[in-house]
Amino acid sequence: MNGVPSSTFFSAPPEWGWLIALYFFFGGLAGGSYFLASLIDLFGRSEDRPLSHLGYYIAFPCVVVSGLLLTLDLGRPLRFWHMLIESNTYRPMFKYWSPMSIGSWALLIFGIFAFVSFLGALADAERIPWPAWRKVHPPSLLGRFIAAIGGIFGFYVAGYTGVLLTVTNRPIWSDTPLLGLLFIVSAASSSAALMILLAKKSSWTMPGLLDLHRMDAWVVTLEFIVLIALIISLGPVARAWLNAWGLLLLIGVIGIGMLLPLLLYWRGGKGGVHDMTTNAALVLVGGFILRLVIVFSAQRV
Amino acid sequence: MPEPMGFYTDTTVCIGCKACEVACKEWNQLPSTNGGVNTLSGDSYDNTRRLDGIHWRHVKFIEQFTEDRKDGRWLLMSDVCKHCVHAACLEVCPTGAITRTEFDTVVIQSDACNGCRDCIAACPFGVIETNPVSGVAQKCTLCYDRLQVGMEPACSKACPTQSIQFGTINDLKGRAQKRVEQLHQGGEKRAYLYGADEKMLGGLNSFYLLVDKPEVYGLPPDPKMPTRNLASGSWFSVLGAVLVGLMGVINFRKRGAEERKEDQS
Repeated sequence: MNGVPSSTFFSAPPEWGWLIALYFFFGGLAGGSYFLASLIDLFGRSEDRPLSHLGYYIAFPCVVVSGLLLTLDLGRPLRFWHMLIESNTYRPMFKYWSPMSIGSWALLIFGIFAFVSFLGALADAERIPWPAWRKVHPPSLLGRFIAAIGGIFGFYVAGYTGVLLTVTNRPIWSDTPLLGLLFIVSAASSSAALMILLAKKSSWTMPGLLDLHRMDAWVVTLEFIVLIALIISLGPVARAWLNAWGLLLLIGVIGIGMLLPLLLYWRGGKGGVHDMTTNAALVLVGGFILRLVIVFSAQRV
Repeated sequence: MPEPMGFYTDTTVCIGCKACEVACKEWNQLPSTNGGVNTLSGDSYDNTRRLDGIHWRHVKFIEQFTEDRKDGRWLLMSDVCKHCVHAACLEVCPTGAITRTEFDTVVIQSDACNGCRDCIAACPFGVIETNPVSGVAQKCTLCYDRLQVGMEPACSKACPTQSIQFGTINDLKGRAQKRVEQLHQGGEKRAYLYGADEKMLGGLNSFYLLVDKPEVYGLPPDPKMPTRNLASGSWFSVLGAVLVGLMGVINFRKRGAEERKEDQS
């Protein structure tokens, strides 16, 4: 093929730039934090509740930022609603086979869940004087239901972006089916890291936080395995990473974002406060660089 | 209901005059590049460079010469949207702005498009780009406005050598097949049709007669639909969610279960 390893190399880049890379990061944090918060609520101890509150506090602002970033990136931002309503018939616009179409709806629905849970968490922590909102927060039955459904939508928002890239014809993106999986796992690791970083000093000794720290190490290990599998699944297309982007992936994502935190963790810093926050900061930086590399490298081929 | 319409482009008779490019720009009132200030690409006689939001026709100049330039040939090809029967852009468009017309052609409705650019990443041929004036994705409409009043598209009308031919797909396929046979009989055994049969994206309503490999003309040898990855990509994502969920449950459940036991006792 004249040195071109795949038919995907004849497509044009959509010029998705910083706004989209940032959206992938914040969308992942929104979905991942909500999912982790709901996991803690549904399976953790009641003493871990401040940690789940933190997850909801992260999710809602991040989903608002996500919506703004996506709208600003459009060529015609005022037409953002065309994603949801067909502009010439005013009927709902929904294509189950187009990840961007389902994703727009998922983001809207998840945004509503994130808002309700945000208020629920504020009420539960007695930060707002509306005790009635506690009913939408676990352990009430309604609260558990909202957390479970919202958590599923959260994970959808975190992962569909990877599937969206896969359902194109660009090199790298559409040459592997594993991007959605990678984005989901990476969203979970980045979100756990951000929750650890934002946890109050007083809760650094919380058992729930130690659980989260341990879980993050497991998830980063999984993320490393998935990234290696993804590189292998690219086959000859992986050569497209034999450049500065590949180097950034190797040093920024694999080195700084995965291996270094895992080394710190397994070396014995399983409970040390400084190791914990250093680990979290490294994982978060790695998660951001991962999105930069994925978004930009496939458009500079 | 009209019959499916399209283009058959015989690259062997293209002379690189760019009348198609000019006719397209004029009829569709497409703006000039760079405010009309010409910049040379340095790539043969091609200063259009590629198809994009304001270039819906692009004549490619491929120079195949020996090192000393004593022997060689020109390959000339007027490129355009392929109006695929299974169109990748139409498939992913989240606003419904991309539609299939009664002529079986593919058109982006500029007033409905919001410039998300998903279609640009989806098109396997790199046909679509944003028009910087309108801010939305644009490409060849196969002169939908002219077709509706019984006229032929501006480019094929302007083509002086009948390299670009317009007509019903059935008729064009017949003409193209005859031309391939004629070329084979004349000794040009390399001639073949690209995209004329249904194997390629259900058939391209703008297909080509080529005399070299597709990639030499900048065409993908094996274009595919973007949704080929939808099912596998989705299932792998579900697997990821389940694995992370399990990790969360295992890590948090132990103490949660202890608490519930304490509560019961």
